[in-house]
Amino acid sequence: MNKLTQQLGLPRLPAKFSPVQRFRALGFPYRAPSTPRGLAPAPTEKTTGAHYDTAWARKYPARMARAAIVDGPMRLVVSALAAPDRRGTDRLDSLHGPAIFVANHHSHVDTPLLLTSIPEPWRHKLIVGAAADYFFGTKLTSALSSLVIGAVPIERSKVSRRSADQAADLVGEGWSLLLFPEGGRSPDGWGQPFRGGAAYLAAKTGRPVVPIHLRGTGRILRKGKSLPQPSTTSVTFGRPLTPREDENAARFAARLEGEVAALADEAANDWYQARLRAHAGESPGLTGPESGDWRRSWALGDMSRSAKRRARRWPEL
Amino acid sequence: MLDVDSSTPPILFHHGEQFRLEKLPADRSRVIYPAEPLPGLPDPDESIRDALLNPIDDDPLPTLLTAGMKLTIAFDDLSLPLPSMRKPDIRQRIIEQVLDMAAAAGVDDVHLIAALALHRRMTEAELRHALGDRIYDAFAPQDTLYNHDAEDPEGMVELGLTRHDEQVTMNKRAAESDLLIYVNLNIVSMDGGWKSTATGLSGYSGIRHHHNVKTMRESKSFMDRHKSELHHSNWRQGEVIKAHGPRIFQIETTINNNTFGYDGPLHVLQKREWEWSAKDRATFIGMKKGLDAMPTSARRKIFQGWKAPYELTSVQAGDVDAVHEATLEHCFAQHIVPVEGQTDVLTFGLPYICPYNVNSVMNPILVMCLGLGYFFNMYRGKPLVREGGVLIMSHPTPWEFHPVHHPSYIDFFEQVLTDTTDPIEIEKKYEKQFAEDEWYIHLYRNSYAYHGVHPFYMWYWGAHALQYLGRVIIVGGDPKSVRRLGFTPASTMQDALELASDVVGPRPSITHLHNPPILMADVT
Repeated sequence: MNKLTQQLGLPRLPAKFSPVQRFRALGFPYRAPSTPRGLAPAPTEKTTGAHYDTAWARKYPARMARAAIVDGPMRLVVSALAAPDRRGTDRLDSLHGPAIFVANHHSHVDTPLLLTSIPEPWRHKLIVGAAADYFFGTKLTSALSSLVIGAVPIERSKVSRRSADQAADLVGEGWSLLLFPEGGRSPDGWGQPFRGGAAYLAAKTGRPVVPIHLRGTGRILRKGKSLPQPSTTSVTFGRPLTPREDENAARFAARLEGEVAALADEAANDWYQARLRAHAGESPGLTGPESGDWRRSWALGDMSRSAKRRARRWPEL
Repeated sequence: MLDVDSSTPPILFHHGEQFRLEKLPADRSRVIYPAEPLPGLPDPDESIRDALLNPIDDDPLPTLLTAGMKLTIAFDDLSLPLPSMRKPDIRQRIIEQVLDMAAAAGVDDVHLIAALALHRRMTEAELRHALGDRIYDAFAPQDTLYNHDAEDPEGMVELGLTRHDEQVTMNKRAAESDLLIYVNLNIVSMDGGWKSTATGLSGYSGIRHHHNVKTMRESKSFMDRHKSELHHSNWRQGEVIKAHGPRIFQIETTINNNTFGYDGPLHVLQKREWEWSAKDRATFIGMKKGLDAMPTSARRKIFQGWKAPYELTSVQAGDVDAVHEATLEHCFAQHIVPVEGQTDVLTFGLPYICPYNVNSVMNPILVMCLGLGYFFNMYRGKPLVREGGVLIMSHPTPWEFHPVHHPSYIDFFEQVLTDTTDPIEIEKKYEKQFAEDEWYIHLYRNSYAYHGVHPFYMWYWGAHALQYLGRVIIVGGDPKSVRRLGFTPASTMQDALELASDVVGPRPSITHLHNPPILMADVT
């Protein structure tokens, strides 16, 4: 052992030190050099956050592994937790080629729910815009996010063209994109105003945007909760939309938010009443009443009570 | 069109839920194949929107819709298309757009009515398939989506008499609406036009004026609207509706011949036999062996579950007459096949479905109706077979009835056909009794039964062919059922051709109508 230690040049330490401790005691050139005092440290290239390279996760072995995960365990877990009622997929009948899917966001279960709900041929060529600071914080979470949900990092804390350009390039290469334009999970159960990223990408890539409304996921794993609570959910797909000629990204984002609000109304009531209200500009908003916290919470309570409960399973006689 | 010679492979005959391959005699047989499917519209939803905004001889639909109006949307029932089409159904696509325009105008009073005349009511599942869950869930719980009830004394209204003294009756809600929008689906040229409203929303007292033996015998053929007495009568009733009924905005559509798909398990049925690849042949053999080994109920379940991948080839909206002429052009563009000269013997295989056994059983009366009514009449000009010629059909013709859907058919088969098969005598002696039978009316209104008079109409549908043909032979049919229909059973095609030669002489000319997908012969 001592001979080997000598051959490797490991420092002589008393026998009570383990090989790991001896390795740790190694200096340069086995360890990175320290920066001399008085000099600025050499810039390091960031490999996490928005800089994480996800290209490997779009190669065939990773795609096949992801397809197996999505259609296998993820689907089982989603069925058990969320019992989704998927509606409106027929509205995608005339959609060809990649699209940008946008949905409201209440829970960590939203992404798996959508990954198992978005129909073929989009499901298995789909990337998910994920918060760079949250999902790509470390190399391990970056690798897992890329592999399991096909995540690509999106900067949400600062304005960055890097994320948008990368997403636009991928859409141009035939990948569909799933985004949550609210920028994060709802803090209080109500929705947040839509940001312009999806609308900007639609204008940049010329691809349609599919609005989706998720109902009930906030009861499963809302922000601040760590243990999921099974509940029923619904996923309502809207018609693909493209920006009008006179519509900038902000206006298109507002229209998308309105469409998701109309889908929310459709999911909670009936389609024709929802259309009547949508045309009259009277669809209930996603963001809730502009009032104090308790009144917002109170209004949300009303909504929760009217939400559908999981259907009781009766034995078949 | 194919002239059969010694190198021609055996020809496919549909045979209910099974198939037969029959070698036709060389040098005197020909096969008429349907045309290739026309390309579907690239963006159906946009085409529908364009039709609604730019109607023919009418104002754009949004200008006809106002808040506070009474709007009724009637639509074709489950007898169209055949087989049922894959989701989303054309009716759903159209009605969603119509309703979206109505919502934009703030129309609250909207009713949707399945215009089924004297057909059976559509079930919830069938309505959901045709209209989609969104429409069903929005209207059915409020009882504003429902089946037409021609026997509801409170729900029907008399609009007047035609210049030929034909009564015109109509669904009261539709008649009293400010606007009636009819959503049609033309699978053959018989459908659409004034027949949609004059028949679809009518009752026995109106329908009997054209669903009778005299009219059907004078309709040559009822697939050729301008030479069809059935249509002339409907158009006369249309004049009364125009004068005394609601304002009508007609929406008509046509679909292509893509019945069995360009790939998938049934696509081989859409190809000509000599074009079958090794894969096609293997598919067919596997399918045939599998079907032959199955019980009838399993075979029926498989076929009734097939949803056709039809594509929309045209959509037009506006004035009923102008719209229907445009529809006919699109319909003929897909279906017409020019044929020279008539034949001594006409053959065809009958498939598992006709307009009246969707999700049901094809009973012997429907076999007669599909063969002598629909397929025989798929001509323009003159019939494919000469007068006094022989018709050979292939179908198992089981002695089997759906007791819920076709109760009056059972009695018609047992009581009426045992007495006579002459349509005139049947009409005179039995029609009224069946049409006014209270039990049948109760089942029509409250269960899922065809009206008591419906089997009579099926028989009348074939009245022209019955009068015209020298003999009707069914190959592979239940002999008892076939004889009850007044036809001749044969166990093989060879036997059938032998029997035919007794009527038309030796070495007759033979024409095989390779249908479905649908074709219509333009015989000169």
